Amino acid sequence: MPLVDSVFAPWDDSDQKPLIRFRNVTKRFGDFTAIDNLTLDIFAQEFFALLGPSGCGKTTMMRMLAGFENPTKGAIELAGQDIAGVPPNKRAVNMMFQSYALFPHLTVQDNIAFGLRRESRDSNFISERVSEMLKLTRLEKFARRKPHQISGGQRQRVALARSLAKAPKLLLLDEPLGALDAKLREATQFELMDIQEKTGTTFVIVTHDQEEAMTVASRVAVMDEGRIMQVATPEKIYEAPNSVYVADFIGDVNIIPGTAKAAGPDHYEIDWAEGREPLHAISKKDFAEGQSCHLAIRPEKVAIHAEHPAADNAVLGKVLDIAYLGNLSTYHVQLPTGEIIKAQVANTRRVSRRDYTWEDQVWVSWTKTAGVLLDQ
Amino acid sequence: MGQLDKNGRRAAGPMKRAILIAMPYTWLLALFLIPFAVVFKISLSDIELSIPPYTPTMKDGLWNMLSRLDFENFVFLTQDDLYWKAYVSSLRIALISTVLTLVVGYPIAYAMARAPEQWRPTLLMLVILPFWTSFLIRVYAWIGILSNEGFLNKFLLWIGLINEPLTILNTNAAVFIGIVYTYLPFMILPIYSALDRLDGSLIEAAEDLGCSRIKAFWLITIPLSRNGIIAGCFLVFIPALGEFVIPSLLGGSGTLMIGKVLFEEFFSNRDWPVASAVAVVLLLILIIPIVLFQHNEQKQAEADT
Repeated sequence: MPLVDSVFAPWDDSDQKPLIRFRNVTKRFGDFTAIDNLTLDIFAQEFFALLGPSGCGKTTMMRMLAGFENPTKGAIELAGQDIAGVPPNKRAVNMMFQSYALFPHLTVQDNIAFGLRRESRDSNFISERVSEMLKLTRLEKFARRKPHQISGGQRQRVALARSLAKAPKLLLLDEPLGALDAKLREATQFELMDIQEKTGTTFVIVTHDQEEAMTVASRVAVMDEGRIMQVATPEKIYEAPNSVYVADFIGDVNIIPGTAKAAGPDHYEIDWAEGREPLHAISKKDFAEGQSCHLAIRPEKVAIHAEHPAADNAVLGKVLDIAYLGNLSTYHVQLPTGEIIKAQVANTRRVSRRDYTWEDQVWVSWTKTAGVLLDQ
Repeated sequence: MGQLDKNGRRAAGPMKRAILIAMPYTWLLALFLIPFAVVFKISLSDIELSIPPYTPTMKDGLWNMLSRLDFENFVFLTQDDLYWKAYVSSLRIALISTVLTLVVGYPIAYAMARAPEQWRPTLLMLVILPFWTSFLIRVYAWIGILSNEGFLNKFLLWIGLINEPLTILNTNAAVFIGIVYTYLPFMILPIYSALDRLDGSLIEAAEDLGCSRIKAFWLITIPLSRNGIIAGCFLVFIPALGEFVIPSLLGGSGTLMIGKVLFEEFFSNRDWPVASAVAVVLLLILIIPIVLFQHNEQKQAEADT
């Protein structure tokens, strides 16, 4: 992925015009503010993920793009045009619904042709386009079946084919894989990326599954309570979250609160507990003397040792719990101060031969570049 | 105990199963087939001034009785044009009333299905509410509304829409109003239940794919409520065809309906055999569309699986 990212990064290029532009958009339902003064650019050919817990406003954003809701304040532009007030049937935007919303009385091919027929295209064009879509989604054999006669995964592909048939500028996917089981979901994620690449359509996907967002998206927007907390590539979101909320929402993380003290260029010492050695971290962000901060470290960047290691940061603790995940084990190490640090270790040896067990005294360590220092 | 079948349920013993299956058939036999056989037998008999007012009866002995039955009364129905005109007129009135009930009922059912969730039980109750009063009293009430000095005419005169009262009572119009009013719940309920199950995101999907609201209604809502519409139409058409109370109370001398003819044959002329023949033919007329409908449904179900 880093190779692709270095090529495709329109968000870093100030000459690029975004395809979609949210400008200070606010949406209220009665007293409830679903979207709060939100500004966001999405570029053509992006696979953009809106990620957040339920009720964070991600579905409202999608419904505003589709035309089912209009912003209370602010403007949404599609290719430079304000689309407020344009009804859904007049937008070059198609949506794949969470429930798929396949028409139960129509066959698979009639479902796919539905949007094309509304444009009063000639029948040759329609049948050609439909067979193209059937081929793309590998549904040729099921063209004449009704939606209730095919499996969940096939229905998902019909919904995708139907929403792609009109070749929209923008395709919206509302929790598209929510109804699929884990194995099928994984396979379908790659299929989606493949189709997105082949068709060159801009995809905006709404999901609450962070793994899914990380897998498929070129950029991820993490949302909370109607606001965007961070927009960045999956790597940046994971490696350099800008807040405790984002760090905590994406993946597993250890958060150690403390106060910062400068100890060299970009180098800070963090006082985190009475009478303990301060922790060391590198941060590009400036912290004032004594400013409260949070050090976020991913469990896989924490090492575990029997003896005191020669490391930037090392603390002694006791193994409280071991979560065995097959390929990995997560050790929950309790420090004498009560905090629990999670350390992830690859299971390169058989479980019966692992080095540490419950109640063992161990050292956990990490380098000064492993953690991210956060001010909020 | 019984064995478990492939779904893990305890299979009923053959005895239990036979009883379960026999129940609806017993019902059918006792409430439909036996009465129908009696009526059919009377329709093959001749009129006689006695009690019962027909001959032959079982008193004449079974073989003697059977040998004296004939189709005379059915032949008679074809000779007097009153009967076929009454059938045709009944069909016409029932058909028009069904269409009118659909036109009135569909928007009501649609509005109910679209109403906020917490309102729906109340609305449903309101639809069923008229059944709490006797049907006869409600039809009588319409006389008070529709007559020349009735509420409707008084109101229209008062707002100045008309200068002299409209004659509605004792015309076919009053019969249509009566049938639409009486059978409206039977139209609304099946359509409502079909529309209630309709997933709102289907309409949004149709709009998203380029349909206007009206187009989405025609292409999605109507086809998906088709079964409700068909069920509602049958529930209105079948009783409306043999309707007696509404045409005799609200209709005039020009309203010819087979239910009225049937009543007159039975009670005014005391001609039970001809009345029975009229009833048998009415039943045959009704059975044909019902069988066609069932056949169609079955074919649909087979095509779907």
